[in-house]
Amino acid sequence: MKKTALSLSVLAALALGGASAQTTIKLATLSPLSGGQSDLGTQIRNGAQLAVNEYKPQFQRLGLNLQLAPYDDQADPATGTAQARKIASDRSILAVVGTLNSGVAIPSSAALAPSRVALVSPANTANQVTDRGLSNMNRIVARDDAQGPAGANFITGTLKANKVYILNDKTAYGEGLAREVEKALKAKNVQVVANEGTEEKSDFSSIVAKIRLQRPDAIYFGGIYNQVGVFIKQLREAGITTPVVGGDGLDSAELVTIAGPQGANNIYFTTVAAPIDALPAAKTFAANFQKTFNDAAQGFGAFGYDAAKVALQGILNAAKANGNKAPTRAQVEAAIRKGNFTGLLSGNVSFNSVGDRKAATLYVMNVQDGKTKLAASVPVRPAKQ
Amino acid sequence: MDLATLLPFVVNVIVGGLVLGFVYAIIALGYTMVYGVLQLINFAHSEVFVTGAVVGFEVFRVLAPNPINGYLKLLIALVAAMIVSGLLNVLIERLAYRPLRNAPKLVPLITAIGVSLILQDVLRIIEGFQGRFDLTYTLPQGFSGRFCAAQSSCAGLGNALRTIGIDLQLKDVILIAVSLLSLAVLNYLVNRTRLGKAIRAVAQDRVTAGLMGIDANRMISATFLIGGALGGISGVLFGMKFGTVNAYSGFDPGIIAFTAAVLGGIGSIPGAVLGGLVLGVIQNLIGVTNVFGGLLGVANLESIDASYQRIGAFIVLVLILIFKPTGLLGKSNVEKV
Repeated sequence: MKKTALSLSVLAALALGGASAQTTIKLATLSPLSGGQSDLGTQIRNGAQLAVNEYKPQFQRLGLNLQLAPYDDQADPATGTAQARKIASDRSILAVVGTLNSGVAIPSSAALAPSRVALVSPANTANQVTDRGLSNMNRIVARDDAQGPAGANFITGTLKANKVYILNDKTAYGEGLAREVEKALKAKNVQVVANEGTEEKSDFSSIVAKIRLQRPDAIYFGGIYNQVGVFIKQLREAGITTPVVGGDGLDSAELVTIAGPQGANNIYFTTVAAPIDALPAAKTFAANFQKTFNDAAQGFGAFGYDAAKVALQGILNAAKANGNKAPTRAQVEAAIRKGNFTGLLSGNVSFNSVGDRKAATLYVMNVQDGKTKLAASVPVRPAKQ
Repeated sequence: MDLATLLPFVVNVIVGGLVLGFVYAIIALGYTMVYGVLQLINFAHSEVFVTGAVVGFEVFRVLAPNPINGYLKLLIALVAAMIVSGLLNVLIERLAYRPLRNAPKLVPLITAIGVSLILQDVLRIIEGFQGRFDLTYTLPQGFSGRFCAAQSSCAGLGNALRTIGIDLQLKDVILIAVSLLSLAVLNYLVNRTRLGKAIRAVAQDRVTAGLMGIDANRMISATFLIGGALGGISGVLFGMKFGTVNAYSGFDPGIIAFTAAVLGGIGSIPGAVLGGLVLGVIQNLIGVTNVFGGLLGVANLESIDASYQRIGAFIVLVLILIFKPTGLLGKSNVEKV
């Protein structure tokens, strides 16, 4: 109640004081700031903070006092939804940067939709996030269904494979990814020897024997690092050096540990969060991040920064269209969806009708001698433009 | 595909299944020993076995920078795992099974499952405190290499094996050797020593054995000690063979080994070994069925891939139990009333 009273008095002061008084408007972040994923969530918040610092003077000139309002979703859908309701009730918040987890984004964006608070997501990849066609949900990263074709393109383009052995872990994630890869490879007339499911966590001897017999040029495994790592270890121990390709399920430092010194070679995986050194414009950002937060910037920090810039530029555009006054939430929502944002770390951003980034990038990482490096950047487009 | 490429493939699949089978066999012995004496299915055995694997991991990890001989490291790991798993098994019996010995059969069975779940989380907490979950074995140099790859003395043997398609790693050979050795020792212990005689007497009739001056509780403890020690050995072998274990790794091999014990005839030592080997080979053969389906042009076979290898093993179990309910080597014992 106190807060409302305060903002009311601010509004009153504004009404009475005229041009010199300032309206406070806020950009919120919604990400895990506590719990097991807080490392990534804090990166998003800090990235957004840097963008707010950068845009403050521009808002000042319009008589708007810009602030960041960080919210903690604990990577939990229920907590995230409760926080989203709090955000909706704070009328000075015009847009949200978030979330980290698709599972949180889906209910939170639904909770924010009636009050027309726009979200710009720096991380969510699940198809469902935008497939629901909400007018407030946007994302600047690629969708899950772009990952399969990107993996397939890498297999045919860079690895030049003609014969591919596909494996999956029989989960919705792995099976879906493997199916997309198979479809894309077959469309390019690549021979797919098998698309085989296995829930096995320790013994891959029969699969390794089959791979030895079939001699594929590449292996795709739709699965998570703790299973794929064991498979790769046993594959390499059997003397098979065929490249292994996977999705963002392999994006963990643990992969290298499990695969072992001999196995952590010739592995490729696609991921949406680029390493900082893969973004050409990120050098100053990284230095700035380090100086401000005394912590090294990671991929999600850069994407948090980009998402915040998209949101802030959208608010600015809406403000300008509104005669240099603080815009309404609905105006911001529309301005973000139809805006064209340039000068970001990850390139230019514009959204299609459901809020998917029209041209996003997937990054292909390469594990060689236990070290993970960027191998290629793959431009991807959502099916709908 | 011609016979010259197919034959080594099949041989390799069978040999791989046998190696796998030895791991199952040694785990199955732990189930069968306890069942033979107490008619109790010790479901906590899978965690006893994982405990052995964790001890083995710690020994290899601590000794990794040490330049001592690889085989000595393995011996230390095996002995340490045997001691820890053996004592753990004795402790489980004392705390969880002995107080319930005269309770209906279902009660200790449920306790066993409870102990199994508790042990899983204890193991996870212990390793979790050090920030570890998936424990990756750091094996001595050369263990992962090909068998007979470097040593000139066995170059002939290595080549001979490879021409018929048997491509083994050094650790597979070690695994088979350790399994056979523990089997021989166990066989000697049970059939040739006073201790073994006493254990068999308790297994046959606890009360009468007690009247003959055999301390049944001590013999049961001894059985759990031996069963646990076997679990420790199989844990180290499992970790060595597959590279990683975590606190929850015991469930799958535990169920299969239990199946192997039943398949062979639960309570029978040679039966457990036979059951383990049979299941290992069947699993691997089912895992490659789709290749044969492709060759023979049978679409139905082509769709049977590695995801069916577990189910296949259980179907074989069910068939055996229908046609020979005592298992492959089990004797139909007269019901004691």
